[in-house]
Amino acid sequence: MRSYLPDYPVINPTSLDEALEVLAAKSNIKPLAGGTDIMVYMDTGVFPASTLLNLYSIQDFSKTPEFSDGHLKLNPLSTYQHARTDQAIVNAFPLLAIAAKEISVLAVQSRATWIGNVANASPAADGVPALMAYDAMLKLSSKDGQREVPLHQFYQGYKQMDLQPNELITEIQLPPLDPGWKDYYRKVGTRRFQAISKTLLAGRIKLNEGRVIEDIRLVFASVAPYTLRAVQTESVLRSRPLTPEIIDEAAQAIQDEISPIDDIRSTETYRRQVTTNLIRDFLNSNLTK
Amino acid sequence: MTTQETIKQTFNFSVNGQPQTVHSYPMKRLLDVIREDLTLTGTKEGCGEGECGACTVFMDGLLILSCMTPICQVQGLDITTIEGLADSTGLHPIQDAFYEEGGAQCGICTPGMIMAAAHYLEHPDSAENMGEALAGNQCRCTGYTRIFASVEKAFEAVGKPLPE
Amino acid sequence: MHIPRKEEEIVKRTISRNDDFRVLQHNIKRPEGIDKVTGKAIYIDDLQTENHLYGKTIRSTVAHGILKNIHFKDGIPWDEFVIVTAKDIPGKNVVTLIEDDQPYLCEREIMHKAEPLALIAHEDKHLVEKALNYVEVEVEELPAIFSIEDSQQNKVTLQQSNLTNEFHVGLKEISEDVWTECDQIIEGTYETGAQEQLYIETQGIIGQVDFDGDAIKKVSVWGSMQCPFYIVKALMPLFDVEETQVRVVQTETGGGFGGKEEYPNILSGHAALLSWKAGGRPVRMIYDRQEDLWATTKRHPSKITIKTGFKSDGTLHAMDIDLNLNAGGYITLTPLVLSRALLHCWGPYRCANTSANARAWLTNSIPFGAFRGFGTPQAVFAMELHINKCAAELNIDPAELRRKNLLQYGDTMPTGQVMDEKIDLDFLLDRSLEKSDYVNRRQQIEQFNQSQKSSGGLKRRGIGLCMNFHGGTFAGSGETHMNSHVAMTLDAKGHVDILAGQVEYGQGTITTFVQIASEVLGIPVEWISKHQPDTDVVPDSGPTVASRTTIVVGKMVERCSQALLKKLSEVGLNKDYTANEFQQAAQAYHNKHNELLYVKVKFEAPPDQLEWNEETYEGAAYAAYTWKCDILEVEVDLVDYSAKCDKFISVVECGRVLNPIIAAGQIEGGNAQALGFGLYEDTVLQEGGMANNQYTNYIIPTTADIPEMDIEFIEFPYLDYGPYAAKGIGELPIDAPAAAVAAAVAHAMGNHFICDIPILPEKIMVVAEQAEGI
Repeated sequence: MRSYLPDYPVINPTSLDEALEVLAAKSNIKPLAGGTDIMVYMDTGVFPASTLLNLYSIQDFSKTPEFSDGHLKLNPLSTYQHARTDQAIVNAFPLLAIAAKEISVLAVQSRATWIGNVANASPAADGVPALMAYDAMLKLSSKDGQREVPLHQFYQGYKQMDLQPNELITEIQLPPLDPGWKDYYRKVGTRRFQAISKTLLAGRIKLNEGRVIEDIRLVFASVAPYTLRAVQTESVLRSRPLTPEIIDEAAQAIQDEISPIDDIRSTETYRRQVTTNLIRDFLNSNLTK
Repeated sequence: MTTQETIKQTFNFSVNGQPQTVHSYPMKRLLDVIREDLTLTGTKEGCGEGECGACTVFMDGLLILSCMTPICQVQGLDITTIEGLADSTGLHPIQDAFYEEGGAQCGICTPGMIMAAAHYLEHPDSAENMGEALAGNQCRCTGYTRIFASVEKAFEAVGKPLPE
Repeated sequence: MHIPRKEEEIVKRTISRNDDFRVLQHNIKRPEGIDKVTGKAIYIDDLQTENHLYGKTIRSTVAHGILKNIHFKDGIPWDEFVIVTAKDIPGKNVVTLIEDDQPYLCEREIMHKAEPLALIAHEDKHLVEKALNYVEVEVEELPAIFSIEDSQQNKVTLQQSNLTNEFHVGLKEISEDVWTECDQIIEGTYETGAQEQLYIETQGIIGQVDFDGDAIKKVSVWGSMQCPFYIVKALMPLFDVEETQVRVVQTETGGGFGGKEEYPNILSGHAALLSWKAGGRPVRMIYDRQEDLWATTKRHPSKITIKTGFKSDGTLHAMDIDLNLNAGGYITLTPLVLSRALLHCWGPYRCANTSANARAWLTNSIPFGAFRGFGTPQAVFAMELHINKCAAELNIDPAELRRKNLLQYGDTMPTGQVMDEKIDLDFLLDRSLEKSDYVNRRQQIEQFNQSQKSSGGLKRRGIGLCMNFHGGTFAGSGETHMNSHVAMTLDAKGHVDILAGQVEYGQGTITTFVQIASEVLGIPVEWISKHQPDTDVVPDSGPTVASRTTIVVGKMVERCSQALLKKLSEVGLNKDYTANEFQQAAQAYHNKHNELLYVKVKFEAPPDQLEWNEETYEGAAYAAYTWKCDILEVEVDLVDYSAKCDKFISVVECGRVLNPIIAAGQIEGGNAQALGFGLYEDTVLQEGGMANNQYTNYIIPTTADIPEMDIEFIEFPYLDYGPYAAKGIGELPIDAPAAAVAAAVAHAMGNHFICDIPILPEKIMVVAEQAEGI
């Protein structure tokens, strides 16, 4: 633990209102949910001195996600483990359960939260792409009120979010799903589990009777400064019949939309090539059906 | 130094069934509280960043990493460490199997590995298979084959089928 | 050079066969096992101390330069700190090992990133971390070199010469005549990376200096280590004290793999220096993972070029091997690593004309050091992958190419050593082929790949085979020079305590010694213990390295047990005694002498041991060899270019297996580490420092990446050098699987060989996208 513990006071609000009061009144407040990102930053000594707002102490948040009439609401303490073990979620939003399994390992999934994954704003986040593929909406709360932001418009740059210092992400809302969509999720890391993604595709596709792409979602991790919904490539595909030629077009289009880098985990070339492969793999798997 | 003292808080929780009260910096890791304040040194630090699994404990029955858990989030909860896994009569079936089958070599990953394996024995549906259930606990000595053998033996001993 | 094989019956035995041993060959449980599974075992960070300080190291962030100044900036109560710099050092500022080139703390010239410059300590463990951010180091940077090539080309000259050592074996050079006798000549260059040991317990030492007035009375250290007596020898000159004034105690050690062979010398010096400066308060220096990865040694990166000539029937006729290691910024154990690499580089093959040259090169990388295998994995990777590559080019099955060239009983190796063990490598190969169903699997895999290709499938499979030997013990006459001792005590109740400097760090030292003593003494294993290595109590039995613990020190345990029985015969212990009578004799001895029975033996070289010539590198390099064949399969995925090993068998010859579970555990663990070396583990060196020095960024295989391994032991008849014909097995398993997995990937990729490891997906991608017909 490289961080200097006296630099990190903690406020333990007992209600959401109290937490929002704190955010409104004080500066340099960092919400603390499952801590699985913040504790890593503290261990490596890169977390700036700040006051933490311990969301664990808020009684208002039932940890279990709310699921009714096809709507799913994840609150600040909903963990990945919930998405794996709640059979209703597994059935209704299978990508969440699949993504949850790919995030680190069981002992982290029990503490890491969906909202925390959104708020950490890592381009390599494994949970955010699944949420984005389901058109997730964020509810942001402050002392002054609430507003909603579509998740795919939430990120504005590397670690830049449409989030004010006095706001807390209090809910992720997933709308009910139309029938007829096919899902795809594939994470590429250097080993099977416990890996940071080098690229990742959460995809959904809806084909009509004539094999025309009615609608599509393509969301990628680790190939842009933030979780990328590839809207250009989606629009290349939308309303067009799914054919080998159009798959080639999509594979071409995605290259202009991503901006991967070389780093200690992989190379730009690899990320470009595999991202293309993922799109092909996803679309090809629907071609033959 | 006064500002430093004032940020300390008091936390009540239990460890292995014993109530504990600790006055501490709120972001102190549960790992350090267990090891330093309570001198229960069976829980190990291998990486400090949630990767190796040596610090695995139970918190209200959940499998968690104590290096990733600040003490301020343990308020009112029950912690079980390797020291509290077995009842006083002897070894937990997983401990017994690791002893018998050579699941422990250098032993440093063993407490965390055993906690994860004991959780899996209790909740075999929590993971796709044994490989996934133990993927968060890294061992550099065994190559895992003896660990698989140990877990298989423990399932056998308690009369549970090991999921494929 | 080939001596015809003697037609003698070769007895083959497998692990299932039990001789009439009472204890040996049985799965005796680890005596320390209960403490390990219950969390009671005490590792260094578990050891409680009082009134202690926490020590930290100020390190270089540049690779090469002149240290000008260290500034301690405002914002930290520095007057509360203990600070040690090079000029404080009371004795010699040299880490005692082979060469005197490495200081404990840099005085002037910085040779690598992470080099220790100064030490600080404080009783507040968090404040001492914070204080590191308030230290500014002023350095005049110098040009630096990092690669073997830059060092060879002398782009910068370090120390007196960049070439630290050069050794040679075999023909001075292979003449043109010999090459012209060959029908096909195949050449290849092979590179390996700086694998990290990644023991799960980081390095840690607690140091404490006791004073007698102003003078040092005793320098004591406790910690995680492999070689307590190396540390004694290192601390003596540092503090200018006598051997009796240094005490080193090994605590339970959470893995070492060579990483805790020489590095603890430095850390012990640092902890003791801080304690000395602090007036004797204990100082805890337990590295966190980032510092451990950043500062400690790794496997020497290598670049090896092999040129081989074959006759048309596949007979190996000439081998020219050029082996180069990157030593890093200081020499550490490099000469010994280089020597071992050289002495394994020709593989288990007979070849009429061999020339092998090995060189090590200084660079401004972190110093490389001991790691399980100690040079051998680099050499074996190169030779074994090369043989697979040759098989592909000669269009012969890799198993059959090996069969044509396997070393036989009576053959002469390039050092001139005659293979006088009754080895039968054909049997080792046959058994492996049978166990893995190699011939069928290879055919099925090729059909599978064909059908994948024709159907647009994105999976490819491959099967890889490798064989290797490993020389146990120190090379040449190293053991005689080491002059090891083992002792035993016997108390009045019949309890035997084995005293040796050998450490347990997972590999089973305690169990093995207790089993051997139990077998000789005829008493239950529960009556025997092995004393914790404490240099005030145990004799120096040499370091815990080089697969020597069982074969050399285990043999001394056997002899010491016999010596103890001889003593007891003086008090009337008869030949066919019972355990009860043993106890009675122990009591009788104490009644008579009124003291603990203490016996001690010293190393004795076997009478028929061949000479080793250190100058010419001729003679018997190793007293005993172990043998292994690995066959494994991989599946390559052409979406993400990952390769996963999903089948793995090893057949192993390591003499008599004393404890099957422990032996299998050594093989499986070594295999897994070798798979990591081959497929996953990438130390990203930027200006010679580890850029990915976080656990999350150094990828080792987990339970989900390693198949369950199937290990079988066979036994060749063997001269009784080790105890009960046992040999060592610590290093053997890590040598070859990296080549096997590389060969399997090549098989999957239509015989396109990737010759530098780790074979990351990024490398497979290049082959998959550029090569034809995959």
